[in-house]
Amino acid sequence: MSYYFAIVGTKDNPLFEHEFGTSKQGGDGIARFREEARHMNQFIVHSSLDIVEEVQWGSGATYLKHIDRFHSNYISCFLTGTNAKFLLLHNPDTHHPSSSSLPPSASSSSPVTQFPRHPTPSTSSRGSTYGTPSSSYNPTAPAVEESIKNFFVDVYDAWVKTVMSPFYHVDGVVRSPVFRARVQGAARKFL
Amino acid sequence: MSTNPPSSAGKPAQQALQQQTRTPTPSGLRYPSNKKTIYDRNINRTKTSELSRAAFAYLFVEMIAYAQKRVTGIADLEKRLNNQGYPLGLKLLDLLLLRSTVPSTPPTTRPTRILPLLQFITTTLWRHLFARPADALERSAANPAEYMVTDNAPLVNEYISVPREISSFNAAAFVSGIVEGVCDGAGFRTEGVSAHWVGEGDAAEGGKAEMWPGKTIFLIKFAPEVLEREEVMGKGG
Repeated sequence: MSYYFAIVGTKDNPLFEHEFGTSKQGGDGIARFREEARHMNQFIVHSSLDIVEEVQWGSGATYLKHIDRFHSNYISCFLTGTNAKFLLLHNPDTHHPSSSSLPPSASSSSPVTQFPRHPTPSTSSRGSTYGTPSSSYNPTAPAVEESIKNFFVDVYDAWVKTVMSPFYHVDGVVRSPVFRARVQGAARKFL
Repeated sequence: MSTNPPSSAGKPAQQALQQQTRTPTPSGLRYPSNKKTIYDRNINRTKTSELSRAAFAYLFVEMIAYAQKRVTGIADLEKRLNNQGYPLGLKLLDLLLLRSTVPSTPPTTRPTRILPLLQFITTTLWRHLFARPADALERSAANPAEYMVTDNAPLVNEYISVPREISSFNAAAFVSGIVEGVCDGAGFRTEGVSAHWVGEGDAAEGGKAEMWPGKTIFLIKFAPEVLEREEVMGKGG
């Protein structure tokens, strides 16, 4: 299970991004995106913003649950009061790349460091050949939704503290390492 | 030897350099002496931790004095006060949404329609700022885009006597800035929120105006696209 988390501002600009893996069932918390698909994460998350805008005014809920899917990448969304968007991409593929897994601190600061030689965007549809078949993963299962919600709520708490800083301006990029550590902590706790 | 190191010795040195740059250097971040960053503090305050009025009045007077420097007129002065309040509203919206729900249960709703937003302003926001709800909330009969929030005795005007030559100036422009920030943050663009005195010396009002000499109306004018969305959403839901 690999996750890519992004906070998007009101002008569709990225404010924060973080990549991590599951810590449940003995996971080590390292994202295992396929190297040739990793750079797609940002595009997938960005394209799901259209869906967010469609459902944004429909309900007054902050947690919009699972809203979008691209092959085996699932997107969950959470909206803050000031309409900053928390987007979490979860990918159930659990393949083991030979050498591509960077340490989380390095990969999170620059997720697209290594460009693949042959980008093949459609490879994720073959995800079932790797480890756990993605078809058995259900993003709308109550347990999955609940754990993602808990993660979002924890991040929201840290987010409000960031926003309360008098030096923070709307749609400003969050660079605080403490905030990143908070997100990591929430990820370890719930995902 | 030192000027031209052998390639075998140069490589590990380069790798070490790369590792150094990759690991985040802690030197850039300064921690407070008690090792507590803002992230370690609890976001929920207890009810007793309120600011004293004297401190607020002193600070607010200084804010007005600061805003009054090099202004061209009353409108300009009110605009400056409005701008001072605006970022407060943006921050308060998220904070109060997080706090308004019962502690230990996460926030689940955000205002998506005009009426819940205005109720949030008149009750939650007002209670947080002035420890009481606003006195009235009305919709303008003439213009459906205009809403009016009434405060009989705004705290910001309590210790302020406006000179006769600028008698139309209302220091509650600061509060209207906060309201504007809340509306804008929630995605309800406004064409301006302004604070107005209620008919002072208005003969028709008679005793009513005397009872509340500082009565102030905050006029909220929503942008047309907000009303349009409201209409579409009202049909769907």
